[in-house]
Amino acid sequence: MAKILNIVETAYRGTIEEQDDTVLWLTHMLKNAGADISVLLRANAVNYACKGQDASGLVFGEAKMTHPPEIDKDVAKMIEKGVSIYVVEEDARERGLGDDDLLSGLRRIKRQGIPQLIDEHDQVWHW
Amino acid sequence: MAGKTITVAIMDAPYESANSTTALRIVQSALSKGHSVNVFAYEGAVNLTMKAQAPHPNPVKGTSVEQEAHPTTKDWVASLFKMAKEKGLKLDWVNCGLCVDERGAGDWVEGPRRGGPKDFFDASNASAATLVIPTK
Amino acid sequence: MAKYLLIESRDPFDSADSQYFAELVQGLAKRGNEATVFLVQNGVLPARKGSKYSTVIADLVKSKIKVVADRFSLKERGIRQLVDGVDTADTDRLVDLLVEPGTKAIWH
Repeated sequence: MAKILNIVETAYRGTIEEQDDTVLWLTHMLKNAGADISVLLRANAVNYACKGQDASGLVFGEAKMTHPPEIDKDVAKMIEKGVSIYVVEEDARERGLGDDDLLSGLRRIKRQGIPQLIDEHDQVWHW
Repeated sequence: MAGKTITVAIMDAPYESANSTTALRIVQSALSKGHSVNVFAYEGAVNLTMKAQAPHPNPVKGTSVEQEAHPTTKDWVASLFKMAKEKGLKLDWVNCGLCVDERGAGDWVEGPRRGGPKDFFDASNASAATLVIPTK
Repeated sequence: MAKYLLIESRDPFDSADSQYFAELVQGLAKRGNEATVFLVQNGVLPARKGSKYSTVIADLVKSKIKVVADRFSLKERGIRQLVDGVDTADTDRLVDLLVEPGTKAIWH
């Protein structure tokens, strides 16, 4: 079976209306469908691995957002399901994310390690 | 090297990104070279096939609807389906169902079908190549 | 050793992330892979001779990485003179590269 690497870099695009990150959601669905799939979070998407994200409280007139996205929980669930979630160390550091800020179970990778990670996968889908 | 199948995943809504045009150019090129194509239209890309798209005049240029000949992506997609059929090739266009529902994009031209991520996975597994064209 | 088709649609004038992709391409090539960069859309802008970022393209060429610029994108932008060593082609060539056995295609 092909080993797939989903590279996620754009963060918080339509995530409120979608209630998820749509690429992480797709990854989860593909995993459920039997895919051998891993995720590399890079650029702003490293923030998806930050604990304590809170998108609650939005109101538009009388319409209240009752089920906001919980992206950190989504990432944690994927880790529990056996999806390898890689985070680019330098990208996290540049964004002020220390080890204590990040979820457990992540695989840290340096920028210079990305070509090797890509080489280790049969399909590389860059979102 | 004809006779292969490629899978392309797209995300951009029409009229918002050069990605949509390039994606359709890739489909056109693949078909013209004798390859079959699977398209997985995700997120905003499900709007590419909406039947209700309509051309319009251009008040800046002073053109009528006919003169402006404003393209609609649904017509381009319909034309690609016709091209595939005439060449005896398969163009399988899947609009992601949940994306369709949330956008109210369910009334599309003849050709596409409703599907989901599993269709993309299956298509990719059965293809010579898979290309994901993301949105920003 | 794998073949990589790296499609660059972004440009360094607009995207701070272009440098990452150029470095990724170099990194893949240094690992012994065969890499072709296909510039499309605004990704062709730095390939114009005399552009501020033409050295990025020249460096790829110097590293023996094949660089191809999409003819339509060039025409659309009135780009007539290219950095030395850059080839031009249409999406037909992109498809040819895509279906070559053993190719991984990555769009940026």
